[in-house]
Amino acid sequence: MKLLVCISKAPDTTSKVSFAENNTKFNEAGVQYIINPYDEWYALVRALELKETLGGTVTTITVGKADNEPTIRKALAIGADDAVRIDAEASDALAVAKQIADYVKNNSYDIIFCGKETIDYNGSQVGGMIAELLDLPYVSLASKLDVNGNTATLERDIQGGKEVVETNMPFVISCAKGMAEARIPNMRGIMAARTKPLQVISGSEVSKLTEIVAYSLLPEKAGCKFIDAENPGELFQLLHNEAKVI
Amino acid sequence: MSVLVYTEPHHGKISKNATEAASYASKLAALLGTTATALVCGEASDTETLGQVGISKILQVASEGISQFDTQKLSKAVQEAVRKEMATVIVFSHDFSGKAIAPRVAAKLQAGLVAGAVSLPDTSNGFIVKKAVFSGKAFAHVSVTSEVKVISLLPNSFSVEKTGGTASIESFLPEIGKAGVVVKEIRKESTKLSLTEADLVVSAGRGMKGPENWGNIEELATLMGAATACSRPVADIGWRPHHEHVGQTGLAIRPNLYIAVGISGAIQHLAGVNGSKVIVVINTDAEAPFFKAADYGIVGDAFQVLPKLIEAYKQFKASNN
Ligand SMILES: Cc1cc2nc3c(=O)[nH]c(=O)nc-3n(C[C@H](O)[C@H](O)[C@H](O)COP(=O)(O)OP(=O)(O)OC[C@H]3O[C@@H](n4cnc5c(N)ncnc54)[C@H](O)[C@@H]3O)c2cc1C
Repeated sequence: MKLLVCISKAPDTTSKVSFAENNTKFNEAGVQYIINPYDEWYALVRALELKETLGGTVTTITVGKADNEPTIRKALAIGADDAVRIDAEASDALAVAKQIADYVKNNSYDIIFCGKETIDYNGSQVGGMIAELLDLPYVSLASKLDVNGNTATLERDIQGGKEVVETNMPFVISCAKGMAEARIPNMRGIMAARTKPLQVISGSEVSKLTEIVAYSLLPEKAGCKFIDAENPGELFQLLHNEAKVI
Repeated sequence: MSVLVYTEPHHGKISKNATEAASYASKLAALLGTTATALVCGEASDTETLGQVGISKILQVASEGISQFDTQKLSKAVQEAVRKEMATVIVFSHDFSGKAIAPRVAAKLQAGLVAGAVSLPDTSNGFIVKKAVFSGKAFAHVSVTSEVKVISLLPNSFSVEKTGGTASIESFLPEIGKAGVVVKEIRKESTKLSLTEADLVVSAGRGMKGPENWGNIEELATLMGAATACSRPVADIGWRPHHEHVGQTGLAIRPNLYIAVGISGAIQHLAGVNGSKVIVVINTDAEAPFFKAADYGIVGDAFQVLPKLIEAYKQFKASNN
């Protein structure tokens, strides 16, 4: 089985979010990058588990510049066999999806994995776009995936529950919580990652259709109003008369 | 030119998310000087809701098997409606279904997609839509330059306005082809209120000490008509089901009221809840970081405060009925 996992970098979850250049750029000063948790914990690890039980290869693919290589090496340390980096600006979701779809057209895969969303731009877009560009079935927000021959059984999150679905390979999936448990790379993995193949290919010409022109922060809270723990019932009066939410 | 909104009935009714998206679409249509059409993929007994929020036309999809969810079929239905209505903006809710279909439609139509929009576009200079980023910690203002545009609206971020109209209903039979994904079974997580649609949420964390202590949390939530949520460690150690986990790596929610009991307010937890309109924090530790993000706070032991709150809520309800 040939498995492809889309990997993106994302700011560490404890990063302070602030903006530079007149609020037009994310301020990267002091920010550590990690593999986007959904890509790592769920997509990559489930792909590795399938490879371990059913055989095959796990390749990671990333659209972006050389500053992505530390996170790509980490994915290799966790256990991916090889990696592809498409050397192009990840300018918007459709641009990224087109680069990946173009690559897949020339190198077929059985399952293309994405994370549910990146924790910085929270789009949940790339998987569905790749699926459309390749005219493949798409299961979004999947929390379970089992493969039997050419058929896969999956669970996906829906409003108030889960849906059990079936599809045939090849297909695209975006992975949510429940899919797998995070793995920590061991020393052997880290050593091996240094020499695993990381192929850099140049991207195709794609234009972007969206652009972030400015950022803003959440409005500041007015401050916390404290209520006496001995007499907490006042809370409901405040929520009713002042905040008007109940 | 027109605005098209995708709706999918939930248990035979137009869902809250779909109503918000429809209201957004009709407001957007007014802004652009055109009208809004709703595509209804499945049977709903209350389609008049759509007219009431300003939709002028309903395309009721009558194609066989449309209510069996499949992104390939549904995106074909949307595309055909776009052609028929000459739609230039397509609106979805950024919910489980919208996240699955909107990207397909955008890729097919070569349309810029703003996923997770929180307000109407600013059209004074181009087409700029504000959306939530960094898991709710900030907003990005996204300029869309393509002729056709797709917007998915973050649930609970836009107030529905009833304008009181009626929509014409037309049966619509798009060619949807075969499903690539076949639905085998639907499992309801519980009969309780779904967390992503709830207006009120009562949430608890490790401060509750053990799963046996959730009785007060559930009682308060039931009384208030609120959904229950929890912090990640609580779901990870199995005190609560995974679908209650909110935060950066769980569900992101934006209720009107979020009551957090025994949760410290770690940055990853806040990321999923700080879009809530009003936050109440109950914690023994006056220095807990959550108080900085709170509107109302009670410094105290949940085991003592909760029974008092439950009694007080009963009185409040009795005197406000
Ligand atoms: C990559 C990453 C992603 C993460 N994603 C998430 C996420 O999505 N969601 C999430 O929630 N966390 C997430 N976390 C974990 C997060 O960092 C915190 O560890 C977690 O939120 C803490 O949960 P808690 O507040 O329940 O527990 P604690 O931090 O242990 O806090 C318990 C609180 O209860 C209070 N308390 C104790 N006893 C009482 C009492 N009797 N009455 C009232 N209060 C009491 C304490 O003062 C304390 O403030 C993530 C972490 C990482 C590294």
